[in-house]
Amino acid sequence: MIDLTTLSGPTGATLVVGVIFVQALALYAGYAVLERVLPPLVETATST
Amino acid sequence: MEILGLSLALLALFVSFGFMVGVLFGFFGMGGSFLVTPTLLILGYPASVAIGSGLAFYFGTSVIAVMKHYDVGQVDYRLGAVLFVVLSIGIELGSRLVFALEALGIANLITGVAYVLLLGGIGALFLRRAYNLETEDGDDEDISDEDIPAVAQRIQSYTVPPMIDLSSGGRASVWTITGTGGGVGLVSGLIGVGGGFMRMPAIYYVIGTPLTAAVGTSLFAGLFSGAFGTFTYGRTGSVDLVVVSLLLVGSALGARIGSAATTMVEEDDVIVYFGLMMVFASVGIALSELANWLGTDALDTLSVLLLVGSSFFVASMILYKVVQAVSTDGSTARATPDGDD
Repeated sequence: MIDLTTLSGPTGATLVVGVIFVQALALYAGYAVLERVLPPLVETATST
Repeated sequence: MEILGLSLALLALFVSFGFMVGVLFGFFGMGGSFLVTPTLLILGYPASVAIGSGLAFYFGTSVIAVMKHYDVGQVDYRLGAVLFVVLSIGIELGSRLVFALEALGIANLITGVAYVLLLGGIGALFLRRAYNLETEDGDDEDISDEDIPAVAQRIQSYTVPPMIDLSSGGRASVWTITGTGGGVGLVSGLIGVGGGFMRMPAIYYVIGTPLTAAVGTSLFAGLFSGAFGTFTYGRTGSVDLVVVSLLLVGSALGARIGSAATTMVEEDDVIVYFGLMMVFASVGIALSELANWLGTDALDTLSVLLLVGSSFFVASMILYKVVQAVSTDGSTARATPDGDD
C-alpha cells in the first residue's frame, strides 16, 4: 500500500495533486447528493 | 488513541476548523488558506509544511468553487493563461525563498511577521468598511460590473510593448501582467495563501478588466496556480495530506452552508465581526512569535484560542443568524397559512 503521508518527488507531488483533486470532486458530489436526499427525509420524519 | 497519526482531539479540531473556515469562505468568498497556514504554524508544524498544506487546502477549495461556478461567468482565457504562467513563477520563487529561510532558521519568524501584517491590514480594512457602513446614509454611487476603474485606465494608457488584447476590448502591457501576477505569486508561495483576495483586486484595479471578468479570470488562474503550488511543495514532501483531507471534509460542507447563508444574512450585519476576527488572528500570531521568543507555553495556548476561537465565533454568528432567519421565516409562514409556497 502507498503511504500517502510520505509522498515526495515529482511522482509523489503529482499523486498528491491528483488525490486532492479527486477528493474535492467526491466531497462536492457527496454533499450535493446529501443536500438533495436529506431535506425530504427530515420533512417526512417531522411530519409523521 | 490515534487515527492516521493524529490524536482524536486534533482530528476533531481539523474537521471542525475546516467546517468553520468553509462557512467563512462560502459567506465572504475569502478566509480560506490564510487562516489555515498560521494555525498549523502555531500548532508546531514546520513553516514549509504549514505553507504547503495551506496551498493544497486552497487548491481543494478552488476545485469545489469552480465546480460550484462551473460557468465562471466571463473568463479572459488569454489573460488567465499568461497570469497562470507568471503566478507559477512567483510561487516557485516564493517557495525557494521559504526553503532558504528555513535553512537559515528564520522561516517561521518571517512568515509569522508577514501574517501579522497581512491579517492586521485586512482586518483594519474590513473594520473601516464596517465603520463607513455605519456612518454613511446608503447613497453609494452605483458602479457597473462592466466599468473599468480610472486607475486601471490610466495604467492601460502607458503602452509598453508587448501588449495583449483583453476580451473586454482593452489592451494591457505584458509587463503590467507579469509584475502583478509575479508579485501575487511570490506572496502566495512565501506565506502559503491562495491569494484570491489579492489576485482579483489586482486584475480589476491594475490590469483593468470589468469586475465580472476579474472574478472569473481570478478563479481560473487561481485553480491552476493552486495546483502548481501544491505540486511545488509536494515535491519535497511538504504537504500533510491527512491534515489537508480532514480540513477539506469540514470545509466542503461549511462552504455550502456559508454560501447558502448569503441569501439569508446581510453581509453588512457581520462584517465588523470578520474585521475583528482578522485583528484577533493577527494578535494571536504575534503572541505565538512572542511565546517562541520567551519560551512560554501559556502564550502559545492563548494564541491558538485567539486564532481558532475568533474564526469559530464569527462562523457561529453567521450560523446563528441563519437559524434566526429560518425560524422567523417559519413563524411568518405559520402566521400566514394562505401564503403561496
